[in-house]
Amino acid sequence: MLEGKKDGWKALIALAPALIFLIVFMFFPIVNTFIMSFMENFQFKSGAGIFAINHRSTGIGFGEYINVLRNPLFITALKNTLVMVVISVPISIILSLLVAVVLNGIKRFQNVFQTIFFLPYVTNTIALGMVFKVMFGTNHGLVNLVLSWFGVGPVAWLTNAASGGYWSSLFVIVVYTVWTGLAFKVLVFLSGLQSIDKQYYDAAKIDGASRGRIFSKITVPLLSPMIAYITITSFIGAFKSYENVIAIFGNGQYTFGPYGNTNMWITVVGFIYKTMPNMMQAGALSRASAGSVILLLIILAFTVIQLYVSKKKVNY
Amino acid sequence: MAQQEENMYFASEEAKKAYRRKHIITQILLYGFLILVAIFILIPFYWMLNTSLKTVTELDLPQPTLFPREIAWSNYAYVFSQIALFGRYFLNTLLVSVCTTVMVVITTIGAAFAFSRLQFKGRELLFGALLVTMMIPGEMMIITNYMTISVLGWMETYTALIFPFSVSVFYIFFLRQTFKQIPDELYLAAKVDGMGDFGYLFKVMIPIGISSIITIIILALMGAWNAYIWPQLVANAGPHRLITNGLMAMFTEEFKSYDNYKLAASAVVTAPILVFFIIFRKYIMRGVSRSGIKG
Repeated sequence: MLEGKKDGWKALIALAPALIFLIVFMFFPIVNTFIMSFMENFQFKSGAGIFAINHRSTGIGFGEYINVLRNPLFITALKNTLVMVVISVPISIILSLLVAVVLNGIKRFQNVFQTIFFLPYVTNTIALGMVFKVMFGTNHGLVNLVLSWFGVGPVAWLTNAASGGYWSSLFVIVVYTVWTGLAFKVLVFLSGLQSIDKQYYDAAKIDGASRGRIFSKITVPLLSPMIAYITITSFIGAFKSYENVIAIFGNGQYTFGPYGNTNMWITVVGFIYKTMPNMMQAGALSRASAGSVILLLIILAFTVIQLYVSKKKVNY
Repeated sequence: MAQQEENMYFASEEAKKAYRRKHIITQILLYGFLILVAIFILIPFYWMLNTSLKTVTELDLPQPTLFPREIAWSNYAYVFSQIALFGRYFLNTLLVSVCTTVMVVITTIGAAFAFSRLQFKGRELLFGALLVTMMIPGEMMIITNYMTISVLGWMETYTALIFPFSVSVFYIFFLRQTFKQIPDELYLAAKVDGMGDFGYLFKVMIPIGISSIITIIILALMGAWNAYIWPQLVANAGPHRLITNGLMAMFTEEFKSYDNYKLAASAVVTAPILVFFIIFRKYIMRGVSRSGIKG
């Protein structure tokens, strides 16, 4: 802009460190994984290098996609992920919006509350997942203790599906997901609220508008870009659920359920990680790749829909 | 007329009282709601501390106690003594966090500088490509990276833990925004003084953008400290294991049936990051809220 396009070599020096890592660990993997997903029964061959093309396969085509989509475990994973998305995303968005609006409406202790609400963001998912597991314990858990004060008998929260643990486990997972996700959303909403011009509220007060009306006619429309952003990122995040589930069951990276029912709440990402580590086994990497491309397509579809909806609804 | 005014005044005084009463009730409701949410957020921390300080006998009581009858600090000593490698995991995590962060800072500053200040062919195209990658699920990268690390013979090494996370598109984007806000006049003045582009980067841009860089350092350190998925794949068997992976292993092995030891171990992992957060609260929250505004 100032000197024309003559910074080429300087740009190369400045970009080189980032570019090397980006090419090796990001751009190349995206292409490579995509290619691998079409290599049926991909077989890792020692000494064949890092390019998928140079390894063995029984054919090129959509075979692995069909394989994955017919795999009952993947169908379970997809169903579970959708259930989690549909339940946890709206709850956490509405709750965090409410918290942010209330937080914005108070004068004292705003910082104290803000700091407390932010704590889950920095904590370790696996460590706190274990705390939730203990809290929801059947015999010695805090939740059942509180329920007993109201005369409700002990609930076996994290039990297997045969004993009705499917929905009660989901409840625990959703509570944990909301708990961990609140911080980021509240912070974003709050910074959005603080940037709204106070004049709108003053004008509304003079006109005698009620709180509910102010909220629906001023706050929500002016906050709509933030709401759209949070909705998109929350959906993407929820589709990538994995750590929150294994953290709740606290029994290693492949345990998505209680004893004897370890795939009960397996997710799409969980399916990918479960498929992948048997690298030497024919088809393991290509199946995991196909799973990850399917995940990408789902995320893309959702994002496009969201962008389409928000184009109509969002006021910039 | 005067009487009417007095009446009105009286009436408005009544209204004022009603208004005040309404105001107080609203305030109580607002604070009440916030306190409830705060309790929801804080209870797990309380329960972690409470359980981690109970003796094994107290754990077995038919009803859990809300406060340990006898505070067993020894649980913490036990956690450290049982896991010979626990200290090792700590040091590994510290080493990997610091190295990753140093790499991230180098790659981010270079790239943000190029994208914000330098003119070169394909700048917008490359930047656009970077933004698109932010949407792609990490699993797509992880599958190939797992293969790459294995081919390169880097399984169970620190390199495998550091290199794939040495660059972050999000941080590049974040710092580029900061750099872009520096007025062109400063650049022109520096040019007049005979300063080169890299001199300008080190003497002007980095000092001006230092608080963004600190935010990046803190977020990168925290991210590396809490990493679980990738280390589980490439360095879980040997002496390079990181703290979170070690923690999960403890849950499933050594402390399988002892909630107090499990949560003591959880507390040991959680405490450093909480202290870190309290110290750098301002930078962390600023960085995260900025990241939200970008959308």
